[in-house]
Amino acid sequence: MKVLNIVEAAYRGTLEEQDDTIVWFCHAMKGANADIDVLLRGNAVNYAVKAQDASGLSFGDARQTQPPQLANDLVKLNGKGVKIFVVEDALRERGIEPSELIDGLDFVPRAKLAKLFADYDQVWHW
Amino acid sequence: MAKTLTFALMDPPFENARSTTALRLIDLAVKGGFNVNVFAYEGAVYLPFAKQAQHPNAVHGRTVEEENHPLPRSWIAALMKEAGAKGLKLDWVNCGLCVDERGAAEAIEGVRRGSPADFWNFAQNSVNTLVIGTK
Repeated sequence: MKVLNIVEAAYRGTLEEQDDTIVWFCHAMKGANADIDVLLRGNAVNYAVKAQDASGLSFGDARQTQPPQLANDLVKLNGKGVKIFVVEDALRERGIEPSELIDGLDFVPRAKLAKLFADYDQVWHW
Repeated sequence: MAKTLTFALMDPPFENARSTTALRLIDLAVKGGFNVNVFAYEGAVYLPFAKQAQHPNAVHGRTVEEENHPLPRSWIAALMKEAGAKGLKLDWVNCGLCVDERGAAEAIEGVRRGSPADFWNFAQNSVNTLVIGTK
């Protein structure tokens, strides 16, 4: 069974979890030999931006020492054989240039999403 | 042999309509003769939290008994009972790490602890899987 996981709700709990919960979930499923890929759409396309830096959070003397590294988590997932698709239109709408993104991404126009979905047995929209 | 459906839930109780809608879908699946697997991820691990408690409601002018406040843990227990009475199974797995970080270990009877690998296994052995993510 081949499954495409759509990540759309972005930066939801990422500081508390120190990752994106669905990207983390995909890492864990891949560790269980799941045949999966990931599609970033909506605000989640920003996960692929290299220059983001969430470090520096502190409350009083409590400092976050392991801030989320979302782009790097995608690089690692891609390195495990998981394709990372990104909706081109969502990048353009947010003024994000391809040069700002991590390597290894597969770009897909919104108009061709249905065709992409047809390549999978199931599509899970998280 | 009954077919199986799998659900992934993410929303905590008492926050939005998705949780109730999910339980209604699960109820219909059981009524339709399906075994049901549920993987509760993130805030959804609080859906079967055993310490949910009813309370009186002064605004409604009702005692705790009169108010009879709905509790998701009771609904889930009822769904498990309903499935069992039909010779079916509602297998509910709470994400273990999500439970730990929330201190939500005290779940109702019948709920077990698991990981995303359990969800993948559920999905592979089901006729279909519905993910109800949070927004």
